[in-house]
Amino acid sequence: MTPTQISQIAFYFFAGLAVLGAILTVTVRNVVHSAIFLITSLLATAGIFLTLGAQFVFAVQIILYVGGIMVLFIFVIMLVNLDVALHQLQFNRQGWVAGLLALVLASQLGFAIWFARGEGSLDIPAGRTGALSPQNVEQFGLALFEKYALPFEIASVLLLVALIGAVVMTKKRV
Amino acid sequence: MIPIGHYLFVSLALFIIGVIGVLTRRNVIIILMSIELILNAVNINLVAFSRHWANVDGQIFTLFIITDAAAEAAVGLGIIIAFFKNRETVLADEMDLLKW
Repeated sequence: MTPTQISQIAFYFFAGLAVLGAILTVTVRNVVHSAIFLITSLLATAGIFLTLGAQFVFAVQIILYVGGIMVLFIFVIMLVNLDVALHQLQFNRQGWVAGLLALVLASQLGFAIWFARGEGSLDIPAGRTGALSPQNVEQFGLALFEKYALPFEIASVLLLVALIGAVVMTKKRV
Repeated sequence: MIPIGHYLFVSLALFIIGVIGVLTRRNVIIILMSIELILNAVNINLVAFSRHWANVDGQIFTLFIITDAAAEAAVGLGIIIAFFKNRETVLADEMDLLKW
């Protein structure tokens, strides 16, 4: 097998895994199982990033999403007593409206993607393929600390605000 | 070479599943997890277009979105804990203190 074929197989495998994990996340009854399936979906998405040659985002996805955010979710699931909610109705009564809305949204976006294919608009231009991959982390770091230095600092302020907000929110008396 | 449309369709599928999760589930924790799914779908789009244009900017937006997701998860889960201490429930349609 050529590397191209391997990358194609990897993409379709990870894509199927991501969609399957997402479907199980929103349909399964137990919240802990839901979190585990979401972790599967996020890891598969990290694999998709790898097939796109984005090694740094792949690493950040695993470390931050799976290692940080999902651990936070599982902590909260264990802090909150969910035994009562587990035996109640899991879906609200607006299911058919939600389904209809999602169907409309899906057909609209799907039509847009389908309509834009071909004639070079959405095909990867020749000569550009894989030009990004080998120096990905280097390019990423240069762009982040030169072109996007101000948004980077703002993001750190955002994280500080979120930190203070989370602490204030869970205090006994505000 | 995989056409970029395939990436967009995977992203679309994840986005729609996330929207359905937000709109139909009653458990607030699962609603927050569906929001994470939606943000993740957007990340796939950004990285795919970053590859498409051989430009690293899209991946930097992805990093900022992941930062936002972390902030949102921290604050959202803080709200859930505070609410659970008051009302002993995690179901979204029982959160009706502002409704009369």
